[in-house]
Amino acid sequence: MKTIIALLAAGTALTSAAAAQDLAILNGRVITNTDQGQISSGGVLIRDGVIVSVGANIDVPDGVDTIDANGGWITPGIFAPFTQLGLIEVALEDTANDASASESEFSVALDVADSFNPNGTYIATSRIEGVTRFAVVPSTGSTVFAGLGALGDSSGDMDSLFDTQSFVFADLSQSGAGSAGGSRSAAWAYLEAAFGDARAYPGRYASGQGDALSRYDAASLVDVVRGRMPLILEVDRAADIRRAIRFAEENAPVQLVIFGAAEAWMVAGELAEAGIPVLMDPMRNLPSSFDALGSTLEAAARLDAAGVRVAYTTQTADGYFNARLLPQHAGNAVTNGVSWETAFRAITLTPAEIYGVGDQYGALAAGYMADVVVWDGDPLEVMSAPTHVIIDGEETEMSSRQTRLRDRYADMDDTTPFGYRR
Amino acid sequence: MSLDWKRWTALLAMGALAACSGAEDNGESPSDGEDDEAAELVRFDLDPYPSTYSPQAGETTIITGATIFDGAGNEIENGDVLIENGRIAAVGQGLEAPEGAVIVNAAGRFITPGVIDIHSHLGDYPSPQVDAHSDGNELTQPNTAEVWAEHSVWPQDPGFARALAGGVTTLHVLPGSGNLFGGRGITLRNVAARTVQDMKFPDAPYTLKMACGENPSRVYGSRGSSPATDMGNMAGYRASWIRAADYRDSWNDHWDDPENNPAPTRDLELDTLMGVLEGEILIQMHCYRADQMAQVIDMSEEFGYQVTTFHHAVEAYKIPDLLAEADICAAVWADWGGFKMEAYDTVRENLALTHSNGACAMIHSDDALGIQRLNQEVAKALSDGRRMGLEISDAEAVSWFTSNPARALGIADETGSIEAGKRADIVIWSAHPFSTYAQADHVYIDGALMYDRANDVQPVSDFDLGQIGEGDD
Repeated sequence: MKTIIALLAAGTALTSAAAAQDLAILNGRVITNTDQGQISSGGVLIRDGVIVSVGANIDVPDGVDTIDANGGWITPGIFAPFTQLGLIEVALEDTANDASASESEFSVALDVADSFNPNGTYIATSRIEGVTRFAVVPSTGSTVFAGLGALGDSSGDMDSLFDTQSFVFADLSQSGAGSAGGSRSAAWAYLEAAFGDARAYPGRYASGQGDALSRYDAASLVDVVRGRMPLILEVDRAADIRRAIRFAEENAPVQLVIFGAAEAWMVAGELAEAGIPVLMDPMRNLPSSFDALGSTLEAAARLDAAGVRVAYTTQTADGYFNARLLPQHAGNAVTNGVSWETAFRAITLTPAEIYGVGDQYGALAAGYMADVVVWDGDPLEVMSAPTHVIIDGEETEMSSRQTRLRDRYADMDDTTPFGYRR
Repeated sequence: MSLDWKRWTALLAMGALAACSGAEDNGESPSDGEDDEAAELVRFDLDPYPSTYSPQAGETTIITGATIFDGAGNEIENGDVLIENGRIAAVGQGLEAPEGAVIVNAAGRFITPGVIDIHSHLGDYPSPQVDAHSDGNELTQPNTAEVWAEHSVWPQDPGFARALAGGVTTLHVLPGSGNLFGGRGITLRNVAARTVQDMKFPDAPYTLKMACGENPSRVYGSRGSSPATDMGNMAGYRASWIRAADYRDSWNDHWDDPENNPAPTRDLELDTLMGVLEGEILIQMHCYRADQMAQVIDMSEEFGYQVTTFHHAVEAYKIPDLLAEADICAAVWADWGGFKMEAYDTVRENLALTHSNGACAMIHSDDALGIQRLNQEVAKALSDGRRMGLEISDAEAVSWFTSNPARALGIADETGSIEAGKRADIVIWSAHPFSTYAQADHVYIDGALMYDRANDVQPVSDFDLGQIGEGDD
């Protein structure tokens, strides 16, 4: 989280001040994600990219641009907590996929900020479906460590990563066990050894080598070991999650986040007690592996009932093309027992909190950054869609390469050659 | 070419009779040892793994007061459905309940035909994903028309029960797409069963999976063999069709004049291709790109066969006119894409645009999770279409997960719509099926209540039994 403060001070001025104007969004059902709850008919006033007031009757100064929500829903932007947005354009093409680097000499030190492309076409396709913020997560290569993640917005601006070196992702699930040598024992031994290396950095490297990590990778793990940067661990099996909880206790002050978490509901009480948050897909219900026999549509509700802090992912879809489906995944959590308010927070405020930026993003309240989406209906209904997406107080384009293709082929009777339709 | 397949079928019926009598069968023609061997008429069984499906016994049932989307394009407010002997006896308003009928009050709820998924790999790529059960694609040569997906189906795949909870009553299980000719697909009733034969949809036509594009050329090109390119794909299909036509002609010559034409050597691969050329086996072809679909259409004319459905058909929206003219359906996702180059031009309006521009279109899953909520997938496709101005009714869109896949599987006379005489495959939804919050409350297959959410009438596979996940949705 090194850069967040600086960006908050300078970023609004630099990246959006040129165009940022005062803006009022009126005449909608406002979802605040605060003690204000839902306002059945109200609006939001934005000044210089920041929300200044939210309520049923806000004072709109003369001359301020307004957006009429037309009775729709006004909500915070979606915060997708686990994506490869900006890393993958075509997954199967190595040249258009920077999510992982299995041939690299490095692991922890691989920084997604160096791969992230704000012009990737799925940034826009995600934005027009209401995703305004996201975590960019590297995928694992040949070791359990995938590398350093970042936080971005979907404006498409060249500076749209608003925080870099934000967390480290590592895989300790059955696939991680495979890359560590063939068993969970190997994966945990490697993780423990890597922590030892980082804890002893740089001294250990003055006279020799690390047990697991090269000097450069160990340097990148130091902030994790010291609890200044979260470690996201992928684990599914209940026993592995308990092992992870013990790891967190033994390695305090490490900040652990569990990703995957198919069987987390079975150890939900312990997770809640340890204060370890979970990133999981509420639509995951198949016993897809022997790690995940406990997968169930009720997992999200069971975790919530136990008091675990949960943010939702699109793990069962993908993290680049269809991170935009988060509202559908949250809606299905509601169908299976989670309250609407909790499910909506799980794709907005809760992920922002897990990443330490919940005081800036994920709610509609004075002082929050103005990421606001206007929907034509309940955002968790599959038939709803955004009509307006505002990022940092600026209204964004509601078009993408996909809508352009759609429009080119919409009219089969038009005699203009297809290649000339723009 | 003449419709010799029908004669073949008749001959095969004879073969089946012979099998029943316990005498000669399965291609073993009778030989009395006399010197007229050339006159022997060789025949073989077209259906050696017959369906043993038998519906669960249902009760005479009347479902009352629901909003009915009948799958045939109609919406009936406050409608009733009467089920007798496993079939739909009547549908409409104000039906009279026969004495003793079970009455299900569905006021405020919604009824559709059972969901049909035309593209599934359940059983062939089951959960959990383990090496031993990766049985969906015989990636050993580019033409494996000889393999049958039903021979890989593991009936204990826990995915079948999850799909039932999503209203799926019929599904079509296909081989994978790494080959030019992947093998035969099979249409199944979604019933818990010990054997795949107990799931086979009675009298549903066989299908043949073919695949365009990147997958076959990637698989074989990476091994330094053909096909390595799109043009290699086309050459591979065409060479196979030429062999199939010769094979078909040899059999026809034999059946026309067995004295002068000995029977050809039986070839499982060419049996299937011959069935396609005779119009008995339906082509279900994985094809993403518009230009490649157009080339396949030309090829089907070159060899005189019909493509029934293009699957995935990410670019169907670019060629609805060509599809309509060739009478080919498109089975698509609502919003998948980006995973490979041929999936790069996905648009969310693909289904709605293809439909509105006059072609037959439908949803499909290709996925053990997606199959559980095809109603939501259709809802997304419908709303995206409407948002761009296309006028499509809810009732019309329901056909995308019911009657259109039934048509493309050749089973529309039996299922896919709520019309008198058809199999009583019915879902009662807790809310409008295009709501995220709707769930299948009751699922009937052939009039029997096979899933009842509230009363724990839910199958549990052998695999799930005694495991952590037993009984969880």
